[in-house]
Amino acid sequence: MSELLQFVFSGMTVGAVYALVALGFTIIFNASGVVNFAQGEFVMLGGMITVFAHASGLPLPLAALIAVAVTAAVGVALNRLAIEPARGAPVVSLIIITIGASIFIRGASQLVFDKQIHSFPAFSGDDPIHVLGATILTQSLWVIGGAIAIFVGLWLFFTKTLLGRAVLATSNNRLAAQLVGINTKFVMTLSFALSAAIGALGGVLVTPITLTSYDVGLALALKGFAAAMLGGMGNPKGAFVGGLLLGLLEALTAGYLSSQYKDAAAFIIILAVLFFMPQGLFGRKSTDRV
Amino acid sequence: MLTVEGLRSRYGRIEVLHGIDLHVDSGEIVTVVGANGAGKTTLLRCLSGVQPVSSGTITFRGEAMTTVPAHRRLARGLAQSPEGRQIFTNLSVEENLRLGAFLYSDERVGKDMEDAFQMFPILREKRNLAAGGLSGGQQQMLAMARALMGRPSCLLLDEPSMGLAPIIVAQIFDVVKSLKALGVTVLLVEQNAFGALKIADRGYVMETGQITMQGPAAELIADPRIREAYLGI
Repeated sequence: MSELLQFVFSGMTVGAVYALVALGFTIIFNASGVVNFAQGEFVMLGGMITVFAHASGLPLPLAALIAVAVTAAVGVALNRLAIEPARGAPVVSLIIITIGASIFIRGASQLVFDKQIHSFPAFSGDDPIHVLGATILTQSLWVIGGAIAIFVGLWLFFTKTLLGRAVLATSNNRLAAQLVGINTKFVMTLSFALSAAIGALGGVLVTPITLTSYDVGLALALKGFAAAMLGGMGNPKGAFVGGLLLGLLEALTAGYLSSQYKDAAAFIIILAVLFFMPQGLFGRKSTDRV
Repeated sequence: MLTVEGLRSRYGRIEVLHGIDLHVDSGEIVTVVGANGAGKTTLLRCLSGVQPVSSGTITFRGEAMTTVPAHRRLARGLAQSPEGRQIFTNLSVEENLRLGAFLYSDERVGKDMEDAFQMFPILREKRNLAAGGLSGGQQQMLAMARALMGRPSCLLLDEPSMGLAPIIVAQIFDVVKSLKALGVTVLLVEQNAFGALKIADRGYVMETGQITMQGPAAELIADPRIREAYLGI
């Protein structure tokens, strides 16, 4: 029992990070139809910038704030310099551009930072909490709590605010969005900034547990993408549940089978789900009449 | 209210509007009729700012509009119900209407939505359904209602009768006629020349990117050349 609980704790922690990456995918996908494969790089930048800002003597909260802000600016730059000039290109080309951007950001970070593995202290100390024979790190609670807070915030944004609806409207029909007075360029800028900031925040929260280096982004992007697909691309609820589910699957496989198989098991289950539910767990079939 | 002078526009190297001159006075219903491919939709796209203008000017209520970005034109009072309806298919009918009033968040939004439901009662019935599931006629009604939510002084209507059953077309044209009483000026682009000229005050005939005839709608309807070319009589 305590063993199972232990696996669930670690699965939830990793899953919360996947959920944050998947939420980042969801925002940009909702605004533009583009799957942004540089999403994992945002997580890496969040961690790495915090590490170096903290090492230069800044207090941790300020370093984290700077990391989130700088990463959001990188997201905006990605949109302005790489996505917007190619507007009108097929979505597949835009996706390839984001893959290129992710390689570029990884390479640049290698030069700007270094190739070492880094970390910074946990927010609330290193003493774990004991629950029913299992232990959970206080930092894990930060990660899980952060993911829940961001999910609720996004859900409110998309369903309750006019600006959130404007983002959905822009992705559904850019022409019509302009005609009702929505500045679609601003919506795109906003989406990239928001998505990058959320990724960076994920990086800040998780670095004390998983450590970070210039190349952690790729694996996170793949897992986050899988989580978003599992939940149903474009649906924040799907991204959140998909992320947690993927984390749990991995942790349970690693615990009860072998950690060698954890990636394989996760992907096999995702394939099985998508085989029977191609829209993902929460995806809606689109029914348009013309 | 709306004046267009020497308007030219091109798709790549191919010019499709070769110097259009037209004007719409306040309170009028003006129609531009013409065959498929004459450039009517391109003209409206230029007016709403989603199609680049290569030369010429657009003046609206005394202000130069030619270079105003598309998303700023509704705030100046110019709304468009575009060709093919272009509703937000995965949002609900009510959300579509709410987004029509994206620029506003005062109590008049609720009142305007009530007016829209009065104008098209079927939309009230379907208010919580995804707009993509509406029939063609209902989508057209939604597109017009959404445009009116933006409180326009002038409404650009692109082919509202396209692909619809005659009884729905009659209903839509009745609504267009009734906009006059609401103080909304209308520029109506139609292939259905007869239906459009019947409700319009004045008309323009467009052929291959040029205005070839113009005059009071009643005169155009009686003109033998038009009767032959567009009315099939």
